[in-house]
Amino acid sequence: MKLDLILRITAKLMLPFMLMFAFYVQFHADYGPGGGFQAGIIAAAMVILYGIIFGLPAAQKVVPARLAEFMVPLGVVIFAGVGAIAMLMGGEFLNYSVLLSDSVRGQLIGILLVEIGVLVTVSGTMIAIFYTFAGRGRG
Amino acid sequence: MTLESQLPALQIVLPLFGALLCALLRSGSLAWLVALVVSLAMPVISALLLMQVQDGGFISYELGGWAPPWGIEYRIDVVGAYLVMLVSVIGALIMPYARASVAKEIDADKQAWFYTMYLLCLAGLLGIAITGDAFNIFVFMEISSLSTYVLIALGKDRRALLSAYQYLIMGTIGATFYVIGVGLLYAATGTLNLVELTARIAEIGPTRPVLAALAFLVVGISLKLALFPLHVWLPNAYTYSPSVVSAFLAATATKVAVYLYLRFLFSVFGVTVVFEGLPVPEIMLVLSIAAMFGASIVAVFQDDIKRMLAYSSVGQIGYITLGIGLANKMGLTGGVVHLINHAMMKGALFMAIGAVVYRIGSSKLDDLAGIGRKMPATTIVFALAGLSIIGTPGTVGFVSKWYLALGALDKGWWWLVFLLVASSLISMVYIGRVIEVVWFRPLRHTGPEVRDVPVSMLAPMAILAAATVYFGLDTSLTAGIARRAVDILLAGAP
Repeated sequence: MKLDLILRITAKLMLPFMLMFAFYVQFHADYGPGGGFQAGIIAAAMVILYGIIFGLPAAQKVVPARLAEFMVPLGVVIFAGVGAIAMLMGGEFLNYSVLLSDSVRGQLIGILLVEIGVLVTVSGTMIAIFYTFAGRGRG
Repeated sequence: MTLESQLPALQIVLPLFGALLCALLRSGSLAWLVALVVSLAMPVISALLLMQVQDGGFISYELGGWAPPWGIEYRIDVVGAYLVMLVSVIGALIMPYARASVAKEIDADKQAWFYTMYLLCLAGLLGIAITGDAFNIFVFMEISSLSTYVLIALGKDRRALLSAYQYLIMGTIGATFYVIGVGLLYAATGTLNLVELTARIAEIGPTRPVLAALAFLVVGISLKLALFPLHVWLPNAYTYSPSVVSAFLAATATKVAVYLYLRFLFSVFGVTVVFEGLPVPEIMLVLSIAAMFGASIVAVFQDDIKRMLAYSSVGQIGYITLGIGLANKMGLTGGVVHLINHAMMKGALFMAIGAVVYRIGSSKLDDLAGIGRKMPATTIVFALAGLSIIGTPGTVGFVSKWYLALGALDKGWWWLVFLLVASSLISMVYIGRVIEVVWFRPLRHTGPEVRDVPVSMLAPMAILAAATVYFGLDTSLTAGIARRAVDILLAGAP
């Protein structure tokens, strides 16, 4: 694959746009289809494409395996952490209305933070699964 | 909101955060510490919850601030609170025991993951008992099941992987049946809240979609609770999983599934629909009796003690479902009290055999020859809990069977009392076999390492074994709990 110029250049061109699209899907979810799950998959697809074209070691230089494994619980910590903060601020678990003095803005910021948590966990999980499969038989 | 009103959420959020912390720490001993602290906090929270609902009330917690029936409601009544109490006490007893056993049986780099999965499983099981939303039950069921698959696969034996896979297939079929049932109910009633469901089903009566939903739910939950003949996943799963997992699952997972049975059959669908219009009691009776005899006879011929106990579990679940099938006051009390009692005695038995595995690395019957002389405390625990399985007077097993027999007599079924006694005789054979081997055969393993286990392992199982005797003599607590739960269930209150 190293010699295939077209594949390498096209992939390089595509990568930044893939990440951009992931963030678009993430932050545009209030107005259109999308959300943390889809965005996480797209962001992970970027790393996976990079890994397929440039090889597993190159991908693991960008996103080390430990980081991917760290992202899996981290996203859930963000999600549940928002819920716990809501509890500390006197609401029920995951009641975003109490996060800010204005309950509508509170809901908005709450769902935004939670979706970031979803993005982190989903992309981390996808990358970790890819590493596990791609790394099989390599010791 | 006060801390007190946050308790229902804390009961689940705490183990969830504990699990995350274990996954982030990645160190076995730190993860154990986190799991221990969380597991010890659980009974405290559940005791506080129980105190609030003890005199027949309930707690309603609006998750995310969305009022039911639109939002998810956590709803705890006495029945749920007792189950939460049971699961969290077992969890708290198992954690001190777990450290040494896990260190021996699971690779160092996987121990943190083990505790992560254990806490997730705990959160899922507690969640099923706390939530009042049919779909949320499915979510918690999946959390507990998925983590259970991993826990089983962590077993040392290579066959653990296959057993986990087998359970994954069966468990997924069960969960799918459950969710199809919930989907049909939602289509028929337009709600997922259990209280709303109860009211709507009473209104529309047993129409065809409702009955189809009932059928799907019963089969789905039966798979989870390993009702004969849907039990095939259980023996392998309990045999090859790590000792701690066998003890935890045998004492809690099937009990939570029984709770779902009680919830749906008695509360949501109601006694009149399930037990008067349909042949549910007959089916339950036949399957329960088949489990009591079939599984117990198979248990007699096992040469691995963990496998023997697993088959015995299938048989003992038969007693619980027998109580549900009887569906009268005494019979159901017997079923519910056996749910608590079986958790105690199976927990103690699996912990005892886990202690033997800790010392000699095997649970084969032949390897245990004469070990009673080297590990007296462990074998006494095994013998006490074993006597309870048989149903010796003065142990909890007798209490359950007594109530079941009374329930059968209320219906005038003398033959069922004879069957109860006969099935107890079979359990006497398989427990007696082990007792004979461990005390009366010449010693096989003679090394200096074969001695009683450390106090951290011995104390939890000794507490459980002592409980089987204590609650066999003083039944006011356990049978009192069961009676109160049965009053609520038979009244059909949601």
